[in-house]
Amino acid sequence: MTAAQVRLTIDGMPVAVPAGTLLVDAAKQAGSNVPVFCYHPKLDPVGMCRMCLVEIGRPQRDRATGEWVRDPNGQPVLSFSGKLETACTTPVEDGWVVRSASELAIEGRRQIVEYLLTSHPLDCPVCDKGGECPLQNLTMAHGPGKSRFLFDDKIRLDKHLPLGELIFLDRERCIQCGRCVRFQEEVVDDAVIGFFERGRKLEIVTFSEPGFDSIFSGNTTDICPVGALTTADFRFGARPWEMNAAASICPHCAVGCNLMVNSRREAKSGGNLVVKRVMPRQNERVNEIWICDKGRFGYAFGSSPERLTRPMVRRDGTLVKTTWDEALAAVAAGMRGAGKDLLGIAGGRASNEDLFNFRALLDRLDGLLVLDEPMPGGEWTGLGPGSDLGRLGPADAVVVAACDLHAEAPIWWLRLKQAAERGTTVITLNLRPTRLDKHAAYCLQHGLGESGDTVLALQHPGRAPAGSRLQAAADALAAAENVIVFYGREGLSAVECQALAAGWGRWLVKTSRSGKTNNGLVAVWPRSNTQGAWDLGLRPAADGLLQALDGKRFAYLMACDPVGDDPKLAEAFRQLEFVVVQELFLTPTAGLADVVLPAQAFLERDGTLTSGERRVQRFYPGVPALGDARPDWQAVASVGEALGVPLESRSAAAIMLAIQAAIPDYAEVSYQALAQSTEQWPPVGGADMYFGGTAYKNHQGLGAQLPRQLLAEHLPAEPPTSLLRQPRPAGLTLVPVARLYDQGITLRPSTLLKDRLATAGIELNPQDAEQLGLAHGAVLGLVWAGGTQEIPVQLSADVPPGLALVPRSSGLKLDEPMAAPLARAEVR
Amino acid sequence: MAELLLLRHRERPELGELDGYQAQGGFDGLRKAVTTMTPAEVIDLVKASGLRGRGGAGFPTGVKWSFLSPGVFPRYVVANADESEPGTFKDRELMERNPYQFLEGVAICAYAAQANLAYVYCRGEFWDLAYRLEENLQAMRRAGLLGERMFGSAYNLDIRLHLGAGAYICGEETALLESLEGKLGQPRLRPPFPAAVGLYGKPTVVNNVETLANLPLILTRGADWYRGFGTEKSPGTKIFSLSGHVARPGNYELPLGTTFRELIFTHGGGTPSGMAVKAIMPAGASSSILPGTDAVLDTPMDYESLAAVGSALGSASVIVMDASVNLTWVLRKTNEFFKHESCGKCTPCREGTYWMLHVSERIQSGGADGEVKLLRSVAAGMQGKCLCALGEFATMPVVTGIDRFPDDFQSNGRGGR
Amino acid sequence: MLIEKYPQEIERILANYPPDQRRSAVMPLLYLAQREEGYVTRAAMEEVAALVGLEATQVGSLVGFYTLYRDEPSGTYHIQVCTDLPCALQGAEAFAEDLCRNLGIRLGETTPDGAVTVEAVMCLAGCDRAPLFQLQAPDGIHYHENQTVESALELIKHLRREGGRG
Ligand SMILES: Cc1cc2nc3c(=O)[nH]c(=O)nc-3n(C[C@H](O)[C@H](O)[C@H](O)COP(=O)(O)O)c2cc1C
Ligand code: SF4
Ligand code: FES
Repeated sequence: MTAAQVRLTIDGMPVAVPAGTLLVDAAKQAGSNVPVFCYHPKLDPVGMCRMCLVEIGRPQRDRATGEWVRDPNGQPVLSFSGKLETACTTPVEDGWVVRSASELAIEGRRQIVEYLLTSHPLDCPVCDKGGECPLQNLTMAHGPGKSRFLFDDKIRLDKHLPLGELIFLDRERCIQCGRCVRFQEEVVDDAVIGFFERGRKLEIVTFSEPGFDSIFSGNTTDICPVGALTTADFRFGARPWEMNAAASICPHCAVGCNLMVNSRREAKSGGNLVVKRVMPRQNERVNEIWICDKGRFGYAFGSSPERLTRPMVRRDGTLVKTTWDEALAAVAAGMRGAGKDLLGIAGGRASNEDLFNFRALLDRLDGLLVLDEPMPGGEWTGLGPGSDLGRLGPADAVVVAACDLHAEAPIWWLRLKQAAERGTTVITLNLRPTRLDKHAAYCLQHGLGESGDTVLALQHPGRAPAGSRLQAAADALAAAENVIVFYGREGLSAVECQALAAGWGRWLVKTSRSGKTNNGLVAVWPRSNTQGAWDLGLRPAADGLLQALDGKRFAYLMACDPVGDDPKLAEAFRQLEFVVVQELFLTPTAGLADVVLPAQAFLERDGTLTSGERRVQRFYPGVPALGDARPDWQAVASVGEALGVPLESRSAAAIMLAIQAAIPDYAEVSYQALAQSTEQWPPVGGADMYFGGTAYKNHQGLGAQLPRQLLAEHLPAEPPTSLLRQPRPAGLTLVPVARLYDQGITLRPSTLLKDRLATAGIELNPQDAEQLGLAHGAVLGLVWAGGTQEIPVQLSADVPPGLALVPRSSGLKLDEPMAAPLARAEVR
Repeated sequence: MAELLLLRHRERPELGELDGYQAQGGFDGLRKAVTTMTPAEVIDLVKASGLRGRGGAGFPTGVKWSFLSPGVFPRYVVANADESEPGTFKDRELMERNPYQFLEGVAICAYAAQANLAYVYCRGEFWDLAYRLEENLQAMRRAGLLGERMFGSAYNLDIRLHLGAGAYICGEETALLESLEGKLGQPRLRPPFPAAVGLYGKPTVVNNVETLANLPLILTRGADWYRGFGTEKSPGTKIFSLSGHVARPGNYELPLGTTFRELIFTHGGGTPSGMAVKAIMPAGASSSILPGTDAVLDTPMDYESLAAVGSALGSASVIVMDASVNLTWVLRKTNEFFKHESCGKCTPCREGTYWMLHVSERIQSGGADGEVKLLRSVAAGMQGKCLCALGEFATMPVVTGIDRFPDDFQSNGRGGR
Repeated sequence: MLIEKYPQEIERILANYPPDQRRSAVMPLLYLAQREEGYVTRAAMEEVAALVGLEATQVGSLVGFYTLYRDEPSGTYHIQVCTDLPCALQGAEAFAEDLCRNLGIRLGETTPDGAVTVEAVMCLAGCDRAPLFQLQAPDGIHYHENQTVESALELIKHLRREGGRG
């Protein structure tokens, strides 16, 4: 259904836009820049700043007939009211003639600029926004040139107020447009900043603990039209015009947000480029113009002094720095004859090019290749062609099972929240409440081991008790035009998760949805390129890593740290004859290796990542590599050469050609295709900064989404229902859960985030805690890895009774729920 | 004095008690409406009476009710008891001393609007008054004048009280609704008007206390009777809050169309100093200021006549100033008020009121020569650009004060009050 | 916690609004919180926020917007004299100054014993009975009209001695 078109003339240009379009947007489409401060195309209009004043001529209507009155030439007779109106709040109508540059409009805006500047400090020369400041630019274009306001009448206000650790506020520069407050409230549902006082005293405040407690806070600095909100990392860091910009893709989760990495040459880094900030790059299919704070502030690992810069080899029991030649010679010697007894382990952090070369090497040597992530289902994931979460509508439904999107894939949470606001039926299935529930039509909380039953009832209307919520959800799902299913692994055993993914796959096939636009299955992978790894043929070890290591003599690891995740594996690695680890940091696994090869960070190299929606996207080098680090694909090729296996070693682009040839789904995915982009709405960046904000326009490519059409034969047969019902462990059960700010090695170096990182701790329901005699802050002793581990206890009524939530990467490695091995409970 | 329709309690203090009010025919209007009329008939009757809103804008009350989005429920009625315009104190007297007539009016309005829940939004300062109103409502509930199946009909109604907390802007109807919803009292964009999208997004009638207090008598005595008071286009009586330099300040209920002269001299006893009336603000601080000329003093106070002399009736809060007053001081006072009360949502009002205060302070204490021109220009620059009427109000005394009292703004005339 | 101390009153406040519109109860709840401590504490902001399903910031924002809420401790009694235009024409400004002089403070200040703060406020809708002030006492707001400095000082003496609503 397309809305009726409305035709009007704006500054002499005829335009046709859908009914309901706001005049300000219509003007933009007609090429007229009506200046705005408070209006933002992603926010509801409020008409506060009054900058967008225009004159509107409306066709006169005959009172009797309702028809337009026409002059002798047949032209509609217009009536101008002589009053200015706000273009940002006015939906257009047929026949209007709009003047944004009439004398009245120009004078009106000049007056508004003068008012705005009465309270502004005009400290542009020292302002971080200088150079990309809408206020500065619009003042030049529309202002009076000179203010009649006396300088010493200006109010003096706080200029360096930290709203939290991440965002600073300059109260003098704020023009009270409310974009930040409205973004937090409307867009991301974290109303943790607000206005205080009123009139000229209005100021932005936060009363949250910690300050400005939102995982999307950085976006407010992009849409703030002045230099009032700045990020802690960029403040006084550089001037916008001095910086280089390199397109990139966020390495932190499976969403694949498009980024721009800004860098500058600095003397203190020997004249090298240094990353100054990470900005969102527009991709309306993926992240629109937003990114989460993990993506924005989580880049410090690239320049961490802990990074590996040179290869290392083990001499007399200790790892010492060396050259690539020597390291490779050591590999050649240590791994001579490696074959079936070689285990290759790769992580989903690596790019497609890295993984392809890695796989080629393992294949040629006939070694065993495993993916270091136990979550199943990647061969069934993917959406129909042209799918776009931004286009889900009231007839569609989304199922979100066994995950906490707000923590695991924040932008997906946001996109689904927005879909729900457009009327999409969101159904959540989990052991515990999560942030998405608030926007879900149905929250189907189930018990441990009961996910299978719940899913079956959801997929087969009539199975759940009549009149139950589950039944209503099943009906809604059956009636939905399009259905996308997101699944994770929270609270599920490997068997259950596999059954869940396959079960939804079968259902999508059976209901003839698979392969259609806006239908399909998405895995909420823990890493940015896990989907790419699956696409390139990597699979988790069927019975766990320990099993896979059994009988092996050699191991080669890339972009993963199994020992860090699970110290119990250390012994198995020690038993091997020769271990090569290719990494960013000297991880616990690398610490056990015989040779350690330094890998480049994503900021330093190019490549492609495949997002959870199976969108393949390119990232580009932003800063020079640290020391002797090599991109993983190149390091793998070097190892290959040392072992007598020639691999593509010229460029990432060349490897992509090989991928295109070898992997049918990737046949069309050339670097050129990935670099294509089209005009997107709303316009951002550059001359449109005043309109959409400082997010970067995307000239570097929107990527390519690989469609998936599942067929029944791709999927295992439906297992007997009995298999789905998992026995519930007795007593308190530990359940691993994800936290956005985890203790992973790519996040810990971001010192700005240190106070927000999840700490080791167990979350308990207050009832359970009472039974165990535990209070908030007490410690719980667990028998763990051959000793006793003491974990601080936090109480939360959101935790279902009987469960103990354990944040991932906080010390207790846990893939799936298990009975808590209680030592004794003691109160500190 | 003419017949009192609203300040009847002055003659019959017993109206303040439920029994006393009922003994005087109280709640007959509501009973009649609920038991014998359809909501549409009530609306037609009120339209026919020509009653216009007493909150300031003077919009025909019945017409406003007829704009309620058809078929959309629930609906709400909100009585605007925020009374904060400087110089206005009529709603307070009505609610304090003739509360049941007001509350009956609320109920009639609610019936006409087919609302089952009405709120009285009282300014927070009216704390003690609100406490008594709460008791009045309890008494009505006990007497079956609120609640389920009123007068044996199928109609249910409850009236509840909500206290503001100090903000003039909350008298503006959309800011009031925001405030009632637990938000900052900042005005909404209009359209949509409350009749379409009001409280909780539902069709809502917002009426002033005095407007509502007129309804019981219109119901019992009819539109023609009501039109017997006032003028053709401004029927009825109006409570004029008279303050400032008058011997007998207070509320005076007079037919619309009564002259300033009658109000100020006959009823108010003229200026205590015996000096001439220099300036009149007929609508509180939000007035276009009128000079105390004979032509003005003989102007009938109704909506049309005041517009004709370059002012507006507004809430009819007549502030009288004698010849001792200097307009530079008056403007500083009004600017202080509007700067304090600007909600800050829109740029011209937030910055303009602040700027005007600075300039008018300088003018009052002497100030450089260009300042008067600047002040007028800052005010004129705000006009036609603000989001709600508050910003517009702020400019009116400034522009008219400077234009109509030029002598006070000559450099030698400035200073003092 | 307010909810432990005033469960019924809070219940009554919430019941004043449609069940799906709890947010409307935020202003009366803030009065309750202010009555308790003399001002709205951070803890109270959080509790009120939780009661009506808001963020503490949204509640704090209201405390800042509306003049009858305070976010800092101050005098027990606030004498708020209307000095707006109509009252000023009747000598309210001089009244406020005289009163302050007698108390040994300036307008806006609190007496050394912390008992009384005198402030100027905008129109209180009592312009025919100037000078007048509203007394913000712990239990609520009460008008005192047609005042003289003597009557005001008498009231203050009484408040200091007896406490209560005055
Ligand atoms: C700044 C401002 C303040 C207002 N204050 C009040 C007020 O205190 N009481 C009131 O009844 N109307 C006030 N109004 C008018 C209301 O917006 C609204 O028009 C009125 O309540 C409608 O009722 P009526 O039609 O019965 O007059 C104010 C308007 C503005 C713009
Ligand atoms: S004119 Fe603007 S700032 Fe002033 S009160 Fe209205 S909306 Fe608020
Ligand atoms: S009022 Fe239209 S952009 Fe601010």
